[in-house]
Amino acid sequence: MRKYVLRRLAGAIPLVLGIATLVFVLVRLAPGDPVMLQVPPGASPDVIDQMRTNLGLDQPLPVQYARWLARTARGDLGVSFRLNRPVRDIIHDTLPNTLILSGAALALAFLVGIAVGTVQAVRQYSVMDSVLSVVLLFFYSMPSFWLALMLVLVMSLFARNAWDWPIWFPASGMRSVDASSMTPFGAFLDRLWHLVLPTLSLALVLTAGIARYMRTSMLEVIRQDYVRTATAKGLSRSAVVFKHALRNALLPIVTLVGLYMPYLFSGAVFIEYVFAWPGMGRTLVEAALNRDYPLVVGGSLYFAAIVVAANLVADLLYAVVDPRIRYD
Amino acid sequence: MRSWIRASGMTEPTVSGPERVAAVLLPGAPQIARGGSPLAWVVLGVWLGMLLVVATRFGRLVEAMSGPWDSRLAVFTVVGSLAACVAWSWRSLAAPTGPAEGVSQWGLALRAFLKNRAALFGLGIIVGFYLLALITPVIAPHDPDVQFDLVRERLVSMSAKHPLGTDHLARDVLSRLLYGARISLTIGFVAVAISVSVGTLLGSIAGFFGGIVDTVIMRFVDMMISFPRLILLITIIALFDASIFLIIAILGLTLWPSTARLVRSEVLSLREREFIQAAEALGYPRARIIVRHLIPNALGPVIVAATLGIGNTIVLEAGLSFLGLGVQPPTASWGTMVADGRNELINAWWLATFPGLAIVFTVLAFNVVGDGLRDALDPRLRR
Repeated sequence: MRKYVLRRLAGAIPLVLGIATLVFVLVRLAPGDPVMLQVPPGASPDVIDQMRTNLGLDQPLPVQYARWLARTARGDLGVSFRLNRPVRDIIHDTLPNTLILSGAALALAFLVGIAVGTVQAVRQYSVMDSVLSVVLLFFYSMPSFWLALMLVLVMSLFARNAWDWPIWFPASGMRSVDASSMTPFGAFLDRLWHLVLPTLSLALVLTAGIARYMRTSMLEVIRQDYVRTATAKGLSRSAVVFKHALRNALLPIVTLVGLYMPYLFSGAVFIEYVFAWPGMGRTLVEAALNRDYPLVVGGSLYFAAIVVAANLVADLLYAVVDPRIRYD
Repeated sequence: MRSWIRASGMTEPTVSGPERVAAVLLPGAPQIARGGSPLAWVVLGVWLGMLLVVATRFGRLVEAMSGPWDSRLAVFTVVGSLAACVAWSWRSLAAPTGPAEGVSQWGLALRAFLKNRAALFGLGIIVGFYLLALITPVIAPHDPDVQFDLVRERLVSMSAKHPLGTDHLARDVLSRLLYGARISLTIGFVAVAISVSVGTLLGSIAGFFGGIVDTVIMRFVDMMISFPRLILLITIIALFDASIFLIIAILGLTLWPSTARLVRSEVLSLREREFIQAAEALGYPRARIIVRHLIPNALGPVIVAATLGIGNTIVLEAGLSFLGLGVQPPTASWGTMVADGRNELINAWWLATFPGLAIVFTVLAFNVVGDGLRDALDPRLRR
C-alpha cells in the first residue's frame, strides 16, 4: 500500500512539471513583448534595457526557464499588472471562496445524484425512471452559466420584483451590505442564503452526470447473486438496497470525484462570473479580459495543481475503499 | 426478384402505384404508412419544412441565386434536401427487408440505430439545426447586425416584425439566433474534426508502436487531460488574440488527447487479434496495417466520443463567448447572445432565454445521438 502511494506521488511530479513547462512555452510563444507592457509609453531605450535585465529576459531561454521554475516552485508567481499585488496573495484571498462554492456544490451533487440514481435503478422502467431520465438529460445538456441566469431570473428577479414570492435569493455577491452588523449566526445564515443559487447552478449539471452513472452502477450490483441471496433469505427491500447493494454500487462513484474535478472548476469559473462571487474563477476571467498575464498564468497553474492533487486523492481513496484493487 | 436478395434470405417488397406517387409528393409518408423506421418522420419533416421555405420565400430564393456564395449554397441546400427526401423515399420503398445474413457490422449498427426512437429524435434536431444554419441567408427575417430604431425598437418583445424581439442595440433576435447557429455549429463541427483526426492518428501510433513513442505521446496526453480544459483555453486566449480561427484551433487542439487515449486502448486490444497478426505475417507495411486494419476497427468508440464531443465543444465555445473570451462582438454566436441578455435580464428575459434554449436542444440532441450510437455500435448492447 505504501509503495502504491509513493509510486502515484512520484507519477504526479512529472505531470505537474509538464504542465508548468507547457504554461512557460505558451507564455514565450505569445505575441507582444512583456517588457513593453510594464514600462510607461515613450520610455527611453536605456530604461527598457534596464527593465529587460531586471526581469531576466536578457538571459538565454534555458536559464530563464530554470529561474522561472525555481521561483514558481517556491510559490513566487510574480505581481499582478492590474491589481499591483503579488499573485500568491490574490490567490490566497480568493481560493477559499472558490473551495466553499465548489465544496457545497460537490456535496449537494453527490447526495442528490446518488439518491436519484438509486431510486431510478430500484424502479427500473417505471414512469418515474423515464421521467427522471429525461429531466436529467436536460440538466446534463445545460450550460451551467445559462442555468445560473435562468435561476437568477426566476428565483431572484421575478420572484422578488414581479411575483412577490415570499422566498427569493440574492442574485450576486457573498454577503449582504449590512453583514458586518449581524450576529455571527446571522452572518452565517446570510452567507448560506447567498450560497443557494450559485450552488444549485453548479450542482445541478453535475448531479445529472452522477445520477446517470449511479443508475448504471446500481443496476449492475442489483443483478448480482449476493443481492438475490439477501432478498431470498427474506430481508426487507430497504435493507437489501441500502445495506447490501448501495455500498458496492458506490465504489465506482468514488472515482467520479476525481474525474469531475475539472468540470467542477470550469463550472465554478462561469458561476462565479455570473454571481460576482469573489473566487479564483472570476479573478482568472477578469485577469484574462485585462491581459493580466502573471495572474492568468499563476491562477491556471494553481487550478491545474489542485486538479492533479484531487485526482491523486480520488485514486488513493478508491484503492482504500475497494479491496479488489491490488497495489503492485 | 434479384438473386442475391433471395440468397441472403431477405424479401423484396412489392411497391404499389399509390405508394410510388406518395413517395414523390410526400416522401416518408408511405414508409410511415407501412409502419417502418421512424427515420421517415425526419424525412417528412425536412420535406415539409423545405416546401414551406419555397412557398414563403420564393422571391428571395430566386434573388439568392445571383447573390454571394453562401446565398447560393442556401438555394442548393433547399433544392438538394427536397431531392434527397424524394430519392430516399423512392429507394427505401423497394429496399429488401427481413433477416439478413450478408450484412456488415456497420450495416447491423445502422439497423440498430434506426430503431432507436430517442436517437432519431436527436438526429432530427441536429439535421434540422444544420439545415436551418445552411439556409439562413434566405429565411432570416433581417440582417443580424443591422440596428433598427434605437428609440422605438430597442428591447421590444415578440411581435410580427421581430418574432423573438430585439436586443439592447435594437437588433432582431431571431436573425441573430439563426446567424449565431452558423458560427456555433461550424465551430463545434470543425473543432471536433480536427481533434478526431489528430487524436486517432496519434492514439493509433502510440498503441501500435508502443515503447518510447507510446510513452512520450501518452505522458503528453496525461498532462493535457489533467489540465482543466477551460482554464487552459482561458490562458491561451489571454496570451493570444481571440479570433474565430484561434477559437476553432485551440478547441480542436485541446480535445484530441481524450480521443488519443481512447484509440490507443482500442488499438492495444486489437493488436493482439488474429487478423492483425495475419496482416503482419503477410508482410504488409505498418502504415497500411494502421490505416486499413486498425483504425477502421477502432472507429466505433471514436464516433461516439466525437458525437458527444461536438455537444461539449458547442457548450464550451458558448461559455468562452459568454465570458467575452470567444467570438467577439458584433458577430452573433449563441454565447455572446446570452452574454448580451445577461445585462437586460429583468427588462428583456427573452434575450438570454432563446439562445440558451438553442444550446440546450443542440447539446441534448448530440448527447442522445451519441448514446444511441454507443448502443448501436457495441454488439454486446445490441438487442
